[in-house]
Amino acid sequence: MKEVKIKINDLSVFFNYIQALNNVSIEFFSKKVTSVIGPSGCGKTSLLRTINRMNELIPGFKINGEVVIDNIDIYDKKIDVVNLRRLVGMVFQRSNLFPKSIYENLIFAPKLHGINDEKELKEIVEKTCIRTAIWDEVKDRLNENALSLSTGQQQRLCIARALSVEPDILLMDEPASALDPISTAKIEELIFELKNKYTIIVVTHSMQQAARISDYTAFFYMGQLIEYEKTTKLFTNPVNKQTEDYITGRFG
Amino acid sequence: MKLDKKSFSKELTRYRIDIPGFTAVWLIRIITYAVLLLLFTILGKIFFEGIEIINWEFLTEVPKNNMTEGGIGPAIIGTLGVAFLMILFSVPVGVFAAIYINEYAENNFLTRVVRISVNNLAGTPSIVIGLFGLGFFVLFVGRGIDELLGTGLLFGRPAMLWASATLAVLVLPTIIVATIEALNSVPASQRAAAFGLGASKWQTVRDVVLPQAKPGILTGIILAVSRGVGETAPVLFLGCAFFLPNIPLAYLDLGVFSIPMVNPTEQFMYLSYHIFILATQSTNPTLTIPMQYGTTLVLITITILLNLTAIIFRYKFRQILSDVKKADNL
Repeated sequence: MKEVKIKINDLSVFFNYIQALNNVSIEFFSKKVTSVIGPSGCGKTSLLRTINRMNELIPGFKINGEVVIDNIDIYDKKIDVVNLRRLVGMVFQRSNLFPKSIYENLIFAPKLHGINDEKELKEIVEKTCIRTAIWDEVKDRLNENALSLSTGQQQRLCIARALSVEPDILLMDEPASALDPISTAKIEELIFELKNKYTIIVVTHSMQQAARISDYTAFFYMGQLIEYEKTTKLFTNPVNKQTEDYITGRFG
Repeated sequence: MKLDKKSFSKELTRYRIDIPGFTAVWLIRIITYAVLLLLFTILGKIFFEGIEIINWEFLTEVPKNNMTEGGIGPAIIGTLGVAFLMILFSVPVGVFAAIYINEYAENNFLTRVVRISVNNLAGTPSIVIGLFGLGFFVLFVGRGIDELLGTGLLFGRPAMLWASATLAVLVLPTIIVATIEALNSVPASQRAAAFGLGASKWQTVRDVVLPQAKPGILTGIILAVSRGVGETAPVLFLGCAFFLPNIPLAYLDLGVFSIPMVNPTEQFMYLSYHIFILATQSTNPTLTIPMQYGTTLVLITITILLNLTAIIFRYKFRQILSDVKKADNL
C-alpha cells in the first residue's frame, strides 16, 4: 500500500561551502502528506527546493547524492528542468501571484507548457479552481486583478496555480505561516483533500499543524534527518531524545 | 543637574528658542522660494513673450527674410524626426543591454567594469559624444557603407541618420540605468513563482519581469528622449543645417502609391540649434527676439510634455509595485 514516490539517497547540499544538508536519506510516499519540521536553519527549505531543483538558481549551490522520483534521477544531465517543475509544483511561504487577472494567473503555467486552446484553458481554470475549493469565490471575478483577493484567497489561488499543470508532487514551504487562523484552517482542509491525488510535502514551523495534516513527519536538526516516522507515532512516542525535546517545546 | 520635582516642572514649561534650527529652516525656505521664483520668472517670461508669436503659420512655415519672419516648421519636423530615429536606435540596444547585465551576466569583475563604464558614459560631455559620432558614424560607418555599396557620397556625410545615432549613444546610459533599476525592483518572489511553474529564464523575463518593469523602463526612455531633444552640441557638426528652404523628402515607394517621409540621409534643422542661430548668427539678432522666444517655448513645451508622460508612467509603475509588495509582505 505504501508506494515510494521520491527516494533521496545520501544527499548533501552546500551553498558556498556552507553545508545545508548532511547525508540525508529519506523516502516520501505516494499520495501521502509528509511534514518536515525542525528549528530555523535546519535545512527544511533546502530539502524542499532540492526536489524541484530550485536551488540551482542560487549561486554557489553544490549537491552530492541523488534524488530519485519514480525511479528517475532528477539530477541526471538529460533531465529537462522545465518538465520536472511541471511535475513537481511548489507553493511558497507568501503568496506570489502575478499582478495580472485571476484568469491570467491560472493559465500562465498551462500556456508555458504549450496549451493555447481557449476552451481547453477555460476548462483547466474551472477544474483547478473547483479542486482547490475556490471556484465559488472567484468564478464571478476571474478578470479582476488577483492581488485584490484577500491574503488567504491569494494563497489558495497560488495552490490552484501550482495544480494548473497537473503535477504529481506538491511542495509547500510553510504555506500557512503568513495567514490568519481561519485561512490556515482552509489551507489545511485543502491539503487534506488534495492528498487523494498528489504526493504532498509540507515544510512547517507549527507542530500542531504537522500533527493535524500529515501522515508522516520528518524531524530535521542541523542539516540532518533525526527521525522519520508515522505522524501519530512521532508525536506520541518519539524514539530520539532530540525529537522529544523539540516536540515538547524544550528547544527550537 | 539634579532633578527634583520643582525644577523638573520648571524645565518642562520653559520656553526654548532654538536659534540655529530656526535660522536653518528659514534659510532653506528662502532659498527654495528663490529658486522657484527664478524658475517661474524664466518660464513665465518665455511663455508670455513666446505665446504672442505662436500661431499656425509660425509652427508650419519656413523661416523667411533672413530669419526675421516666417516660422520654424522645418526645425520642428527635424527635431521630431531625429527623436524618432534616436528612439529606434537607442531603445532596443539599451533595454536588451540592461536585461543582459541584470538578468543573465554573472556578477564578476567584467560585469562590474561594464556597470561602472555605463555610469561613466552618462557623465561624458555631449560635445565629446558629438565628435565621436562624427568620427565613428559619419567618417567610418558612413564612408564604409558608401564604399561598399558604391553610392558615392550618400551616407558618408553629416545627416539626420548619424545625428540620431550619436544622440542615441548619448542617451543610452540613461536608458540602461533606468531599465536596470526597473528590472531590479521586481521582487525575487515573482521570479521564484515563474521558475516554480516551470518557466525558463527567458520566459520569466519576458512574461513576468518585463511586464512589471515596463512603466519604469518607459519612464527612463521618455526622460532620455527629452534630454536628447534638448541637446545642441552633438548635432552641431552632424548635419544640423543653418537653414533649409524645404524639407528634404524621400519617397517610400510602395508600388501603387508612395509615402513622402523626411530623408534621413540629408541635413535637417533642429530646434535647439535654431535658437542658437537666431540669437547669435542672424544678421539682425534684435529683430529675431520674438522668434527666439517662440522657438524656446515650443522646445520647452515638447520637453515638459515628455516629462509629464514620464510622471504618469512612474505613477502607474509605483502602483503595480506597491500592489505586489503589499501581497508579498502580508
